Amino acid sequence: MTATLTRSARPTVFARPSGARKFKNGLATTLVTAAFLVALVPLVWLLWTVISKGFHVIMSSSWWTESQHNQTQKTPGGGALHAIVGTLEQVALCSVISVPIAILVGIYLVEYARGPFARVTTFMVDILTGIPSIVAALFIYALFVSTFHHLRSGWLVSMALVILMVPVIVRTTEEMLKLVPNELREASYALGVPKWKTIAKIVLPTAFTGLVTGVILGVARVAGETAPLLILVGYAQGMNANLFGTKFQGSLPGMINDEFTNLNTATGGSAYHLDPNGKRVAGGAINYAPDRMWGAALTLIAIVLLLNVIARFVARFNKVSQ
Amino acid sequence: MAKRIEGKNLNIYYGKFLAVSNVNFTIAPNSVTAFIGPSGCGKSTVLRTLNRMHEVIAGASVQGKVLLDGDDIYESGIDPVAVRRTIGMVFQRPNPFPTMSIYDNVAAGLKLQSGRIRKSELDAVVEKSLRSANLWGEVQDRLNKPGAGLSGGQQQRLCIARAIAVAPDVLLMDEPCSALDPISTMAIEDLIRVLKKDYTIVIVTHNMQQAARISERTAFFNLAGVGQPGELVEMDDTQTIFTNPTDKRTEDYISGAFG
Repeated sequence: MTATLTRSARPTVFARPSGARKFKNGLATTLVTAAFLVALVPLVWLLWTVISKGFHVIMSSSWWTESQHNQTQKTPGGGALHAIVGTLEQVALCSVISVPIAILVGIYLVEYARGPFARVTTFMVDILTGIPSIVAALFIYALFVSTFHHLRSGWLVSMALVILMVPVIVRTTEEMLKLVPNELREASYALGVPKWKTIAKIVLPTAFTGLVTGVILGVARVAGETAPLLILVGYAQGMNANLFGTKFQGSLPGMINDEFTNLNTATGGSAYHLDPNGKRVAGGAINYAPDRMWGAALTLIAIVLLLNVIARFVARFNKVSQ
Repeated sequence: MAKRIEGKNLNIYYGKFLAVSNVNFTIAPNSVTAFIGPSGCGKSTVLRTLNRMHEVIAGASVQGKVLLDGDDIYESGIDPVAVRRTIGMVFQRPNPFPTMSIYDNVAAGLKLQSGRIRKSELDAVVEKSLRSANLWGEVQDRLNKPGAGLSGGQQQRLCIARAIAVAPDVLLMDEPCSALDPISTMAIEDLIRVLKKDYTIVIVTHNMQQAARISERTAFFNLAGVGQPGELVEMDDTQTIFTNPTDKRTEDYISGAFG
């Protein structure tokens, strides 16, 4: 009380911010904006590069309806259907296995796990997140091909991708479930709803959008992996829709890799240099490999983007209409 | 049916820490009982032991008995889920389920408890509960809109409707008005006076005027000091607590000497 009475009279006009504070504010604002732009530049640049070099390729109708069967870099035409089918099959099988496992593990870690076992599990998931794709591929090769003498096959790629996808989805599921306020769980318990039903009907729907994001992140993580393809199935130019067969199977990353090796090497055996940007070769011959490479890259991005849009749509559909 | 609640020699723990020691009380059916006391004295903790919500917190445990019309809810083999169906709870902050409409919020308890219920039956329960919570008039033409879109006071009445839709015998309220403005608070208090016809109500409040306005019995909780367990100092008719308390500490708290 006395403090209020003895407080010295304040100046009637409010002081303006000091020069030093204005400077610091300006500096911080500039730094943050600059960081944003620096982060944006490579992203926009990359997208522009891929679109500008690949767009005209994927706009041809044969791109979506034909394979590269019997094509060389000197023959025009053909498409990426074999690669699209292979990638979709491999990623689909991987997702069907990974998503339920990963979401259940995430639920276990957040809602049930207590004590050292939970900490060990979290730690193992962290380690798994950092496993390089080629190591996952070698592990699957060692297990199925070397030990069980299974021949190389598309589904083995899916198995390697599972190792890469599960930890990504587990981590996002964990984070998303932690974001669900405890008050909602308590509200549900207080209504006499059992724990598992609280999780299934209250917690999961509340976190649904976040869980979908996690799944999409997982798909995006594995769709472009190349090492498992090279080690576990190889690349075929022709159509092979049999995920469980023992022949080479086309895939988008495999196609990008294959066309990339065709940039510098002629099929006739005489090597000549070619700029990845240009089509013209010194001798005047045409090389279609760069087009196909960029086309496959753009197709891969487009597929991930399309899945993303579908997932957003599903997530919105799930919400109560405002 | 409203039921009598008795607490016998309750010792409530968080891990090894004794949060509330040796609490004994009796709460009559169809009455409103207020728990008052300074922050940290354990009144919310005691409230949460009355429907076994305390043990939801990791490491939390309870010793002693809580008798609901003579039956111990802590007896071994008793399902806490069944206890909570009998003893409902309303929380400090309104917490409607964000993914659900107003209708689904009220219906949530019944739907999630027992699965299949006829739509007409559910409609009737939702309307009755919303009417009991004095919210029907405000929301009847937007039952399929999200519950989170209501004002704070409406959300809290929605939570009360949700709690009474499962027809409990007892309603526990943990500072139900502390996040609300005076008008909404008055609406909830009016509601509590009506609800006690059908329920036994226990309410934790920091607002002593509120305790004086709505409760018949008042329990004063206190703690001797930081790190000491909370205790029930005295429990009596609200009139007596506020005008002629037995214990000096109660008088000091009521008169504003501390707290």
